[in-house]
Order: sequence, then structure tokens, then C-alpha cells
Amino acid sequence: MDNVIEVNNLVKNFDVSKGFFSRNKTIVKAVDGISFSIPKGESLGLVGQSGCGKTTTARALCLLDPKTSGDVKFYNPEADEMQNLDNLNDDQVKQFRRNTQMIFQDPYESLNPRWTIKDIILEPLNIHNIGSLENRTEAVVEILKTVGLTPPENYLPRYPHELSGGQRQRVSIARSLIMNPKFVICDEPTSMLDVSIRISIMDLMLDLAKDLQVSYLYITHDLAVARYMCNRIAVMFNGKIVEIAKTEDLLSNPIHPYTKRLISSIPVPDPKYTREKYEINFDELDEIISNNTENLPMVDVGNEHFVATHDVKDLLI
Amino acid sequence: MSKDILVVDNLNMHYETLEGKVMAVNNVTFSVKEGESFGLVGESGCGKSSVASTLLQLQSDNAVISSGSIKLDEKELVGMTESELRKVRWNDISIVFQGAMNAWNPVIKIGEQIREAIREHYPSNSKKENTEKISELFKIVGLEDSIMDRYPHELSGGMKQRAVIALALSCDPKIVIADEPTTALDVVIQDQILKEIKKVQELLGLSLIYISHDIAVIAEMTDNMAVMYAGSIVEKGPTASIFSNPRHAYTRLLLESTPSVVGEKKKLRALDGEPPSLINGLDACAFSPRCPDPSDDCKNGNLEMKLIEIEDGHWADQCCVNCG
Repeated sequence: MDNVIEVNNLVKNFDVSKGFFSRNKTIVKAVDGISFSIPKGESLGLVGQSGCGKTTTARALCLLDPKTSGDVKFYNPEADEMQNLDNLNDDQVKQFRRNTQMIFQDPYESLNPRWTIKDIILEPLNIHNIGSLENRTEAVVEILKTVGLTPPENYLPRYPHELSGGQRQRVSIARSLIMNPKFVICDEPTSMLDVSIRISIMDLMLDLAKDLQVSYLYITHDLAVARYMCNRIAVMFNGKIVEIAKTEDLLSNPIHPYTKRLISSIPVPDPKYTREKYEINFDELDEIISNNTENLPMVDVGNEHFVATHDVKDLLI
Repeated sequence: MSKDILVVDNLNMHYETLEGKVMAVNNVTFSVKEGESFGLVGESGCGKSSVASTLLQLQSDNAVISSGSIKLDEKELVGMTESELRKVRWNDISIVFQGAMNAWNPVIKIGEQIREAIREHYPSNSKKENTEKISELFKIVGLEDSIMDRYPHELSGGMKQRAVIALALSCDPKIVIADEPTTALDVVIQDQILKEIKKVQELLGLSLIYISHDIAVIAEMTDNMAVMYAGSIVEKGPTASIFSNPRHAYTRLLLESTPSVVGEKKKLRALDGEPPSLINGLDACAFSPRCPDPSDDCKNGNLEMKLIEIEDGHWADQCCVNCG
């Protein structure tokens, strides 16, 4: 199957050495050799605790931060081929940016408070110089309708502070989709929203994915949300992917102890249901995963279900 | 049958603002028994936290309690003077605020900050006694004694939140209000804190009021619960009964809009529209404009807001009981 993005051994280190003259370099391996690919039209959930490297991965993938090493190939619809991010010319970088968009977590901080909604959504079109001025405004009106902000005329002249959290997040979605991207990175787009609004934003994103053939890399710490949104889920721990599988398979048949712990920590909205208690020793887990100088191989346990380990038997703690 | 420790009767509270009165708490009535865990759930701005701050009389300056009573262990709290209230707060009722872990004073050691609270309420205790007390509390919430000599920035979010819980327990209150104690935390840490709160509650026989927007947490933590919408309670009763037989249209929507990791994957229902403005209050059922499938009574606003008893101890607002 065709992929929109293929990530191979992505590494992102941060230099946290103290002092200008310090000889010893202290390095934090925020993302430590992760690999995944996303087929066209499918969505991958990236799940893990705070600080496990989810957002760093996202930022490295859309060229906001330079990656340390690794290969990232993306599908460029304008050239109809997979291109490696390392050897793009300026035009191709622009094409990449057009086709890869991001939706951020906080709709209160990711929209410029001094710009009107029209300016905000228009900006990508201006930067990439797409269409005539008139066409651009038409496109903005059209996209506002698509994301359910109707009538659009009411929203065009408004400022972000006049909108509610849910409406703002719709504006963020409109801004990212106006470029007709094939791949959108969503960094916890619903975690700041109220329960009742959350579902309508999630449904909107699912509908748009179907209609516009967009693939999502959906970052979240909530497995229940990931289950609703994604075809596959990758579980991340300390900068590494420990398990990756189809959503239902991962939830019903988790193999890695960290995945099991993560699933067992999600509250269930049913008072009659008692969650299975699953405790793991995080220090021990840390040792197994991080102190391995070489990356653990991903073992296929069938049904496109991969676990990071030398031998699945090792994980039966 | 254990006795009621907290009885809130017909409580009304509003905020005086330039645009008018914001009716934040309307006719709220509920009671909490000894050792019981009571949940308050609803979306942002529904008045959950206003209820919490009113219970301790910690509301902001522009808040006015217009009527109603709050009886804690048969003592009336509404109308108490500030010095009387200071004796009640922390000794009888304490609170863990939302994001309280960020409220530690950054330049004072954790232990000293807890000692300060105890000293205020038990001035005759010696420093050694207080330290022993804190060490006991730390054991309950799963912290090591050495944390006492640490500054807040040296602790992780989960540890700070545990210390806040220890602080809330420091004067042996009968009832603890937990106002979204886990919202800023990670799923795994949230899980640990929830277990800790449950353990503490059972160990000390505390009454607990648990406030959250997450209905899944309420399902796990509470025996009885109330669903709030636009400043009013729209449904209340035993948690199990509300989950198995939700009667109010809003409760049903809340339950159907929560994703879960177990069971069949369901299509979730979205709730359209915005909660109503509470300025100058509402006459009829507050939920009618957003009601997905209103009954005739609901559409025409025939019924005033009134809780009716559906089955033993399970109450719901009469307006939206027959809506879809």
C-alpha cells in the first residue's frame, strides 16, 4: 500500500550541557530511533505519558526542529513520489510544507490574537501564493463551511477572543486544511476542550479525513480518544516505540508491560466495571528499554502487531 | 445507616458583575453521609467549583449567597463570621483545589508549609509532634519522609499533588472536597492519585466530595453523584443507578459522549451548542435549547425546574426526563 509518510530510525537529541566551557556533553535522547509508516487515508495514534517524546517527534517530522538523524520520506502528491526530507530543494520543501500541516493542542495560544479569523486562515494561501486574491477569500469561506462555522460571513471579521474553545479549534482545523494537505499532525487537539465539545471536534476530523483523504498522526495521552480516532496505535515510552498494532488488536491483546499498564490506567465510564490492576516497576522497565545501547528489534507477533523486544517471552513479567 | 455529615439545602449563589447577576449556583440541594464519596460532574462553567468554594465560604468578593443553608455536622456555615469559619476550615472540611500542586510557595520547604497549617489550628503542638504527624500523613499518601525537606520545584507533579492531599488531611477533617485533583496530571499518575485518594478515604473513613468533568473518573470514585448543568443539579442519585438508568437528557448525552477503552467501540454522540449565559438567571429548563430531541413540554417550556424522584433516591429534573 502507498504511504504518506515513512519514518525510519528517527533520532532527536537535545544538548543540555551546562556552561559554555563544559567539556562533557550531556545529551537527552528525546526521540531515540523510532520507525513507523502511515498508509494513505489511515490514521496513526501516538500514545504515551508526558515527556515520552510524542511532541518532539511531531516537531521533528514537520521540520519545526531539525532532527538529529534518521530517514523521513514523505509522499509528495505534486511529484507523485516518495521524497526524502534530507535532500529536498527549496521548492520541494515548500511542497512538503503545503502537504503536511499541524493542529496544535491549545486553541487559545495557537491563533494570533490580533488577527481576524479571515487573516488567520488566509495566511497559508498568501505565503504559498495560491490563487488570486478573490479566489483566496472564496476558499476561506468554503473551508469555514466545511468545518461547521456557518454562516461564514459572521466569522470572517471576528477575532479569536470572540470565539469559544471549540470554535477556535475549528479555526485551527480550517487553517490546516485550506492547503489541502494529505498529512496532518495533530498534537492533542481536543485535550483542552470540554467533554461535550470534544466529540464534535473529533467527529469533524474523522469526517474530513474520509472526505478529503487526509491521514492523521494523532498524538494523545488518552487511549480512549486514540481508539476513537485511529486505525493503528503506537505506544511510546522514553523516546522509543514499544508496541505498534491495529487499534482493537492493541487494546484487546496488549503484549508489552508498558502498554498493559497504560491501558489499565484509563478510567472506565461504568461503575460496575472493575479495572484490572496492573502494576509495573518503572525503573525496571526503564532499564530494559533505555539501557539497551542498541535498539530492540520490533518482533512481529502476527496481524501487523509489533513489539520491541528480543524475544516476546522476555516481556512476560 | 450512617448519618448525614453535610447537608446543603436550596443553596443559591450569584456573582455580582457589571453586566448583571451571574446565577452560578441555583437551588442546589444534596447531602453527604459519613464515609460516603459523592461526585459532582458537569462541563466547564456549570457551577461545580462554585459549589465547592461556597461550601468552604471561600468564594470571591463579588459572590453573594442569596439564600439556602449549608449544615456541616449540624453547624450552619452560611452567615458565620470569618473567625468562626477559620476554625471550621481544615478542622472539619478541607479542599484540594484544581491545580493546587502549583500553589505551593516556591521558597518554603514542603514540610514547613504543612506544619504552618497544623500550627494555625493546633498552636499547642510541639514541632516534634507536628513532624510526626506529617510523617504519618506522608506514609498514607505514599511519600517518603525526606520530601519534607524538599522545595516544591524538586518534586514531580504527582508528588506535589500527593503532598497537597497530605496537607488537606493535616487537621483531620471529616470531609474533603477534591476539585479536579487530577486534571493536570498524566494518565498513569492520575491512576496512582485516584487509587491513593480511595485508599485514604477508606483508611480514615472520610467523606469525600469529588468534582470532575470526567464521568469515567466519577464512575470509579463515587457512591452517589449529582450532574450539574448551568448552575443547577439536573440529576442525582446512586452512581450505579444513574449509569444504568440515566433519566435526564443531559446525563444520557454525557454518558454517550465519553469514549472508553473497554467494550464495543461505539459511535459517540456529540452535544451541539453552547451552555446558556447565566446572567440574570434562567426561567425554564436550562437544557431545552440544546436538547437533541425535546418533548412537547420541554419545547414549550411548560415545566419549571424541579427534581422529581424516579426511583429510590434517584432524582431528575422533570423537564427533560421524557426527552430523547
